Amino acid sequence: MTDLSNNASSSNSNDTLEDTVWVQEIAFIDSVPRWIAMTFVFVVFIGIWQFVTAFGFVSPIILPTPLETFQDMIFVGTNLVTGGYMLTALWITILEVIYGFALAIAIGFSLGVLVGETAFGEKAVMPYLVAIDTMPKVAFAPLFVAWLGFGIESKVALAAFIATFPIVVGTAAGLHAADENARMLFKTMGASRMQTLIKMKLPSGLPQIFTGLKIGAVGVMAGAITGEFLGGGKGFGELIRVAASQLNTPRVFSLILYLSLVGLALYLLVQFTQRKVVFWHAERVGSYDG
Amino acid sequence: MTSLMAETKVGAPLGAPVYELNRVSKTYAHNLVVALKEVDLTLRKGSFTSVIGSSGCGKSTLLKIMAGLIPPTKGRVVLQDKPVTGPRRDIGMMFQQATLFPWKTAIENIVLPIEIRDGKPAAKAAMAKAHELMEIVGLKGFEHVYPNELSGGMAQRTSICRMLITEPAVLLLDEPFSALDELSRDMMNMELQRICREQDATAFLVTHSIQEAVILSDEIVVMKPRPGRVSEIVKVDLPRPRTLEMMTTPEFGEIVEYIRTQLDKGEDM
Repeated sequence: MTDLSNNASSSNSNDTLEDTVWVQEIAFIDSVPRWIAMTFVFVVFIGIWQFVTAFGFVSPIILPTPLETFQDMIFVGTNLVTGGYMLTALWITILEVIYGFALAIAIGFSLGVLVGETAFGEKAVMPYLVAIDTMPKVAFAPLFVAWLGFGIESKVALAAFIATFPIVVGTAAGLHAADENARMLFKTMGASRMQTLIKMKLPSGLPQIFTGLKIGAVGVMAGAITGEFLGGGKGFGELIRVAASQLNTPRVFSLILYLSLVGLALYLLVQFTQRKVVFWHAERVGSYDG
Repeated sequence: MTSLMAETKVGAPLGAPVYELNRVSKTYAHNLVVALKEVDLTLRKGSFTSVIGSSGCGKSTLLKIMAGLIPPTKGRVVLQDKPVTGPRRDIGMMFQQATLFPWKTAIENIVLPIEIRDGKPAAKAAMAKAHELMEIVGLKGFEHVYPNELSGGMAQRTSICRMLITEPAVLLLDEPFSALDELSRDMMNMELQRICREQDATAFLVTHSIQEAVILSDEIVVMKPRPGRVSEIVKVDLPRPRTLEMMTTPEFGEIVEYIRTQLDKGEDM
């Protein structure tokens, strides 16, 4: 107590001493807005691209100039907007993605509940799912073509096949996310197993379930396009394959860019739904899981 | 001092037995591990009982048996003249964590036990009672706030309401405020005392803090480990209502010291 008062009086008598004010260093990147940093990377990327193509370091057949690619993007964009043959192809791919994703959600969620909720599923089914998940799933594409033909069914099957596993894992993990206290609380309230699942375990697990859905959304695009590469058809993947076989690299690039917009749209749709449904769960920027 | 003694008589637990345990034992692993050995315990109406003991003394096992979460291996567990054979609506429980569900508002969390037991319409009908309870614990105006926006103390107040909504005959409190900072904890303990008095509640508290046990309780059950058993039941003759200032009185210090000595004896074994 006496120490404290001594300090107080001594600081009063030392009014003439200089303040110890010092500048805290801030990393430069912390002071730059995100969009400027992103634009910087974009400009550097295009610059390097322009440099290696314009000065002949890389053959134009292997890598077109940024300008050529941009011109082709406008051409493809015009075709898409005016409802040309490319739009028809894109629509087929979009349908494959939608059906594939819907199928993956239905199967993945059901299997996830089986594995995450029942001891039988955990013991007897999970090992097989892990085993299948470690297989290179694209290798099944020829089988799907043989079983389902060259139409969109085989592509939907491959897309769903790839997207199912992350959803299973996300759902199963989500059902285990609720803490011990929440489980005990539901027991003390005399909740049935179904009540516990629907009113506690599923809502608690939504962040993990959505993580699975987001990874699945990325996989479903890859599945649909791989399916088209390996099983033909009339989709956007076929356009890419044909353009590549004609060494029309600017076209390949611009097709991929438009395709990635579809993938991005699907991802954002899932993310938007997550923000609406899991409104209580703060999501970190740029991370897969919320 | 004489007036203190007079008040003590008034505050002492004189109510009828509400919860009775006779020779309750719990063994695990084919009788090799004795978690609880022949515990006898009576909780009287309106009394506050604490159980204290080092880890492994079987106090959480005891609490789980009293909550109807696990069966005893031997013995009789009777609440309001009916044997406890599972979770019951007349048993209220509160944990160290508030355990509120973030997708439900405070008031929706409070009526959750009703929703689970009697369905959504009953839960809706219980809203009025939930409002009353929230007013009692000082949460008026926070009915439609989500748990994210509540402080730790407010979250625990909400979980008190959730425990009280089914009008339980006994409140089982598992270190309810130990996750809070010390200042909030003291405040919540005084709140808890007030609520228990207002509701004439019968409470059973598991705690690690001797001070907390002494300031809140009429009786303190001292437990010892290996095998988990009741070593002594200490009566606390401090007048009610208790205040935080009482923690500085010699009487308080004496009881705390006595219990500490009892617990230390257990450690020697």
